Amino acid sequence: MTRPQEVDAAQIRARYPEMFDRPASARLATPAMIVAAFAILTYGLVDLDFSPSRFVAGLSQLGWISLMMIPPDPGSSLPVYLKALGETLSIALLGTTLAAVFALPVSLLAARNIVPSNILRFPVRRFLDSIRGIDTLIWALVWINVVGLGPFAGVLAIAVSDFGAFGKLFSEAIEGADQKQVEGIRASGGSALHEIRFGLLPQVLPVIAGQVLYFIESNTRSATIIGIVGAGGIGLQLAEQIRVLEWQKVSFLILMILVAVAAIDFISGKLRFAIIGRRAVA
Amino acid sequence: MTTAVSILPEQQLAVLNAAYRQAVSRRRLRLLLGAAVFAAALILAAIGAEVNLRTLFTYFGNFVSYFDRILTLENGQRVWTDVGEWFWGWRKWLKMLGETLLISYVGTLIGATFAFALNFFAAENTSPAPWLRFVVRRLLEFARTVPGIVFALVFVIAFGLGPMAGVLAIAIHSTGALGKLFSEIVENADMKPVEGIRSTGASWLSCMRFAIVPQVTAGYASYALLRFEINVREASVMGFVGAGGIGQELVVAIRKFYYSDVSAILLTIVVTVFIIDITTGWLRGRLFGKEART
Repeated sequence: MTRPQEVDAAQIRARYPEMFDRPASARLATPAMIVAAFAILTYGLVDLDFSPSRFVAGLSQLGWISLMMIPPDPGSSLPVYLKALGETLSIALLGTTLAAVFALPVSLLAARNIVPSNILRFPVRRFLDSIRGIDTLIWALVWINVVGLGPFAGVLAIAVSDFGAFGKLFSEAIEGADQKQVEGIRASGGSALHEIRFGLLPQVLPVIAGQVLYFIESNTRSATIIGIVGAGGIGLQLAEQIRVLEWQKVSFLILMILVAVAAIDFISGKLRFAIIGRRAVA
Repeated sequence: MTTAVSILPEQQLAVLNAAYRQAVSRRRLRLLLGAAVFAAALILAAIGAEVNLRTLFTYFGNFVSYFDRILTLENGQRVWTDVGEWFWGWRKWLKMLGETLLISYVGTLIGATFAFALNFFAAENTSPAPWLRFVVRRLLEFARTVPGIVFALVFVIAFGLGPMAGVLAIAIHSTGALGKLFSEIVENADMKPVEGIRSTGASWLSCMRFAIVPQVTAGYASYALLRFEINVREASVMGFVGAGGIGQELVVAIRKFYYSDVSAILLTIVVTVFIIDITTGWLRGRLFGKEART
């Protein structure tokens, strides 16, 4: 056997220059990005008044607060909290359902295969985008101005902000639907409404139902926080107890929220599976 | 033009029709049952949430006129007739907006760093010990499930009013959310490089560094950018509880009925969110377009 041929580094280097000498821009890009990221981080820390002493003081405060939180104890207000939790779940369910009901017709207008005209679609899409760009909490504040404090404002806030999200998601689901079934309906002489009812809806409804369930789940979380600005539910209790420094009640409320969210997750997971499963069978 | 449609004989049709009806009726019954349960839940919820349709109808005019009012200046003109007057506080608002962006940037970066440090312990294929994995997972779950603004409320008391509380709240929430997503990427990573590195006698740390990290960085960065986008929205409301950013200005304007200010600040926020969405979308396409396609 012959020994492996001596490798001439210079020769190989000459043959594959791009392997050895990457352009300076490519070599410098990663470190430059990292340096820039950290420069902005440092600037941010300085600008936002981060100081080590404040941080340490805050941490010791936080440790103290956590100690005060143990054990979680609702005191005598357990019935009030349970009612507030029910309110929160109601807000999530009603808000999401309202949003879905109103978003379905609008999403048809935003779908490319229903409304082919760009000029018609564009304003609808931008309208949905701007609604989505505003946080649920802001909507809650606006609705409180309109219908007063209370859970009803929360329902409307969730309904409006989800309306934007649903409009977009539904229209995407509709755009992803198979056109052949629609064409089949048209070929048998159906009107445009028939096409939507018998060609599109059977395809998109399971997708939409899955998304609605998912949103009910995530809205349980949103519904807990809109109470902080006064729109009812358990968030109201939580914010109040934090403000009066009743830490045991605070930890109890947080635990309640965690348990409720986990329970809703579990139920909606099962339901979603059931819906998708039925679709696979049918 | 006439077309002939072949029709089956009567008795054959009757059998087929009966079979069809039976098949459909069972599904209809289930659907009806589901709808009834759902309707009952809705009614229960409506009672629980004190829904009052009459209030809505009485006040719906208010909702519409609210938008009319926030689009009207003090002097009764529409806001766009005098943009200078509408955006009279633009210097202050831009500064607050900058603060909001900084809060979300610093929060996202700190959160991503912690998520990066923790996710290898949470992933099924790389975690050194099952108990460690369990603990880290529960920790991330907690950080993810408690809403960011609740953290902000507590931190405002611990660290004092100001953007610091907002940054920490966003950082913790992002740690939870990103930690989960990161660990899912790690779980999908190819394990053969790890075996290769381990066979050379490398430690766990080197395995992660040289076998896993090169596979996952693109995915990490992509998720972190997405998170930044979400955090900009979140940071815009941190001011509601006194944790810094433009939310502070907004809540004051809404509560004190400075109508034209509300629309000006809302517009600023929406435009910023648009710009951030488009920029990060473009950046992600630019940086990770190739990886996404393969």
